[in-house]
Amino acid sequence: MSFERVQEKLNILADAAKYDVSCSSSGSNRANTNKGLGNASNSGICHTYTEDGRCVSLLKILLTNHCIFDCAYCVTRKSNDIKRAAFQVQEVVDLTINFYRRNYIEGLFLSSGIFKSADYTMERLVSVAKKLRLEENFNGYIHLKSIPGASDELMREAGLYADRLSVNIEIPTEQGLKLLAPDKNRADFIKPMEKVKNEIIQYKSEKKLIKSTPKYAPAGQSTQMIVGASGENDMQIMYTSNYFYKNFNLKRVYYSGYVPISYDTRLPQIGTPVPMLRENRLYQTDWLLRFYGFNIEEILNKDNQHLDLDIDPKLGWALRNLHEFPVDVNKADKRMLARIPGLGMKSVFKILSARRYRKLNWDHLKALGVSLNRAQYFLICASNQFETRDLTAEKIKGLILQNTKSKYTSMLSNQLNLFG
Amino acid sequence: METTLIYDGTFDGFLTAVFTGFEMKLKTVTIVTAQRFQQPLFGSSETVYTDAEKANRVWRGLKQKLSANELRRFYYAFLSEKPTVEDTLFQAMVYVFASKINVGSDYTNVHILEISKLTKNVGREKHRMEAFVRFKLTKDGVYFANIEPDFNVLPLIRNHFKNRYADQKWLIYDLKRKYGIYYDLEQVDIITLEFDADFDPSKTSTDIFAEIELEFQQLWNDYFKSTNIASRKNMKLHIQHVPKRYWKYLSEKQ
Repeated sequence: MSFERVQEKLNILADAAKYDVSCSSSGSNRANTNKGLGNASNSGICHTYTEDGRCVSLLKILLTNHCIFDCAYCVTRKSNDIKRAAFQVQEVVDLTINFYRRNYIEGLFLSSGIFKSADYTMERLVSVAKKLRLEENFNGYIHLKSIPGASDELMREAGLYADRLSVNIEIPTEQGLKLLAPDKNRADFIKPMEKVKNEIIQYKSEKKLIKSTPKYAPAGQSTQMIVGASGENDMQIMYTSNYFYKNFNLKRVYYSGYVPISYDTRLPQIGTPVPMLRENRLYQTDWLLRFYGFNIEEILNKDNQHLDLDIDPKLGWALRNLHEFPVDVNKADKRMLARIPGLGMKSVFKILSARRYRKLNWDHLKALGVSLNRAQYFLICASNQFETRDLTAEKIKGLILQNTKSKYTSMLSNQLNLFG
Repeated sequence: METTLIYDGTFDGFLTAVFTGFEMKLKTVTIVTAQRFQQPLFGSSETVYTDAEKANRVWRGLKQKLSANELRRFYYAFLSEKPTVEDTLFQAMVYVFASKINVGSDYTNVHILEISKLTKNVGREKHRMEAFVRFKLTKDGVYFANIEPDFNVLPLIRNHFKNRYADQKWLIYDLKRKYGIYYDLEQVDIITLEFDADFDPSKTSTDIFAEIELEFQQLWNDYFKSTNIASRKNMKLHIQHVPKRYWKYLSEKQ
């Protein structure tokens, strides 16, 4: 392995891969076998964080940034005048193993520009994973990109070596996709996703009968959508997301605030700020759907197509549904506790444990770490001091915001100024 | 009258002190390590000699009262080395043993809640060390890392590294507590090292480390820079995730 050559390739191909926001290494359960190298820790580990505050868990690179497609939002698009490079299979294997041995990473996230054809590209990705597993006895985490249009046979093989497979739908609507990525169509993304979903179901059911059935993509599938590139509203984004969660059993959908990389007039211009606050609200909504028992229709619907920027989506829902409150923390069930603004799932579980011993009052809740600034208007506990005024939603919102110091305050005032 | 029990700093020693405390039916007791002990103005003190059998009896007693998770919290909290943690644990044990039902998750009890908070802190430090250990390959073919964790987490990360790096020799050394764990391809042993006066743990001297070590550090540093998105820069978040006190042994932060 020639140091200088690999160094140059690494710089180009890591830089090109960075717009894929997923760096998760969780959800797998691969043990170290035969005294080999590595295992996939169930919870995942972030080995460092970049200066933008994102987790670095995997060696995230492209195999090559040569690409036959010309998607407007992508830095690797054919028409972009940039330096191109390509790794050899062995170079990726060596880098992964040596980074892993030094405890820099949890494994490899390998993606690629599409060169020659979908199958040709997918085959190279699979051969890297295969080599790591079979020749190096590597049991760390491998995330491979499913190349849109790749054959079923290759996707089946990919899942045997990878922990996670993902295909990025990138643009939330089909019209948007037609406009920005005329070479691609939705069906090509769906095909490998569908195949992997079915294989996962099949391998899981076989595993119940025959213990020695090999693992197939144990950390499941994920996808990513770009936010703010093609004019979709929050409802369109989250309904698409919900559709993919429901129909393809996805483990994660990632939302990536669009980072302007081109002067193409179809897209936000270079210098436009990345919509980080909006991205944050979308993730909060995603969490409400996956962990807090909310339905998407409760948060986003015809009358409410946008998420509030100044308050979180759970508080927004609560303010629109004041008739559901106040909730008695000493009696309510888990579902309703999880709906109180200011209570995270950890607090919910602590409350459920602690209230078996005695009735909880404000001091108990405070000691448990409940954010009372928000929660106080929505709950009652073992105390006769609670909100007695008949407050309107507007008033409550004002009182909460008065006492909130958001990390987004500066961003918020900028964004509001744009409209105000 | 207050009694101070002095123990050797080990977990077994602490449990022996708890045993002694119960045996003497002491209500107000302070348990401290020999290192931290200062002769109090009033009250008596007694040195406890670690006794594995007594320690086991206390642990087995707790095991009958608590779930596995709650039991684990007592050990995690102990490893926090917080100056008053022994008293917190003792008071919590008095509460646990005095109750007919399992009160291990009664967060309305200040001692139980404190233990749960310390467990969270220690657990986070354990996780950080699993992340922030940076091995450097020595000339002798050992992957070496030095750390200075806030809490005594080497006993907690031992299995993680043993399971993961089964085919390489490695050594993780806690410079603050002056001991390390060494895996020789067979088992993990506790060791202590004497460092040369000119040994600088934040540098990679080629007297000690393999030549290729610097190349891989360079590649890792390059990767760290390339994977960053400058237009999303957020140093506050960065420092929240990677607090500055950890930077000196992270090659990407040099």
